[in-house]
Amino acid sequence: MTETDTAASPTTIDLGKAFEESGVRDLLRELEETMIGLAPVKQRIRETAALLLVDQARRQLGLATETPTLHMCFTGNPGTGKTTVALKMANLLHRLGYVRKGHLVSVTRDDLVGQYIGHTAPKTKEVLKKAMGGVLFIDEAYYLYRPENERDYGQEAIEILLQVMENNRDDLVVILAGYADRMDKFFESNPGFRSRIAHHIEFPDYTDAELLKIAEEMLKQQGYAFDGAARQAMADYIGIRRGQPHFANARSIRNALDRARLRHANRLFANAKGPVDAAMLSTIGEEDIRASRVFRGGLDSERTLRQAAE
Amino acid sequence: MRLTQGQFSYLDDFTDEDIRVQAQYAIDQGWSVSVEYTDDPHPRNTYWEMWGHPMFDNPDAAAVVYEVNECRKLHGGKYIRVIAFDSSPGWESIRMSFIVNRPEVEPGFRLIRQEEEGRVVRYTIQSYACDRPEGQRYA
Repeated sequence: MTETDTAASPTTIDLGKAFEESGVRDLLRELEETMIGLAPVKQRIRETAALLLVDQARRQLGLATETPTLHMCFTGNPGTGKTTVALKMANLLHRLGYVRKGHLVSVTRDDLVGQYIGHTAPKTKEVLKKAMGGVLFIDEAYYLYRPENERDYGQEAIEILLQVMENNRDDLVVILAGYADRMDKFFESNPGFRSRIAHHIEFPDYTDAELLKIAEEMLKQQGYAFDGAARQAMADYIGIRRGQPHFANARSIRNALDRARLRHANRLFANAKGPVDAAMLSTIGEEDIRASRVFRGGLDSERTLRQAAE
Repeated sequence: MRLTQGQFSYLDDFTDEDIRVQAQYAIDQGWSVSVEYTDDPHPRNTYWEMWGHPMFDNPDAAAVVYEVNECRKLHGGKYIRVIAFDSSPGWESIRMSFIVNRPEVEPGFRLIRQEEEGRVVRYTIQSYACDRPEGQRYA
């Protein structure tokens, strides 16, 4: 059934040549270009790619190789790219040759836990079967564990997950994601989980410069662009918004850009003195950014002013 | 007497890896794979008991091997087979079917001759295992 090599086995391997011949260089370059910031993530992926090449070399020399444990846990603040990277990870691992099919099955607690006795086990097993050969991404994994409610079936789902994560390591990669503090609490109560996760990756907050680059990337994907003054306004905006409550990194930027596009559209309607061309329709101006309430102290400060006035 | 129904029946017993490779071929062709079991070995017994639903949207055959092993836990003394159904127009039937598990002892078949008028003889075969009721046929 399986094919066997009939060539003579070599005694030395040229790792540099192996690196060139595999598609790993292109993959790493694509990683640099599409993901902004995220240094620890890229570092970990680079290390995994190196491990793959060494594994291949070991196999060619006839040394024993065991599939490495690839289960991962992504922790970080909101909007730092955890879900986005998990989506990319399935494709990456497939191209590195670690998972067979490379599809991603994304679930939350509701997809694993049943509503009545006996419902959880088949539900979880179905999800696991569908994820085999690919990556299972569990978002907000800590919701599985509800110690205060003894009629909760989350614990059963956890048991099944742990068993499959250990026994079917070469069939399935599990990625958990969530906020750091809640993940820590979850792992404390479920030490089995922590020991099965080989890679704990922190997603750091983005710097101001990275957020500006992300803003420009998002606009480019939507077919817009900043003009010079608008770019400066955006840089100022980022600096101020970071200090205000409920800052969610890239997601805050996306929301800000949506509102800027709203103001841009309204400005065109209000001020246009004739037909508009493609450049006018695609350029975000400085006034579209400066009109934001962030520059006047944010939403909460306005609310307190209003309440004081009443 | 080893049952030679379905594909690969003249080869040695399949390992889990062999099952995975064949099931993966079926999945790659877009066929849906299921697992069935029975303890009635007659060749005209086409409808075996279903073990779970057909796996319509599982892209990887590790799930099939998992289901086969789960079925073995409960029905390890019976015949278990993996089948693949092709739903494309013009086919709409089973494309692959191979036995993955057999009972320890397969007693075989007896030939039954029924004599009719004018020295006509009708033949049929009957399994020795089916002398006993369902569930008690194999040790």
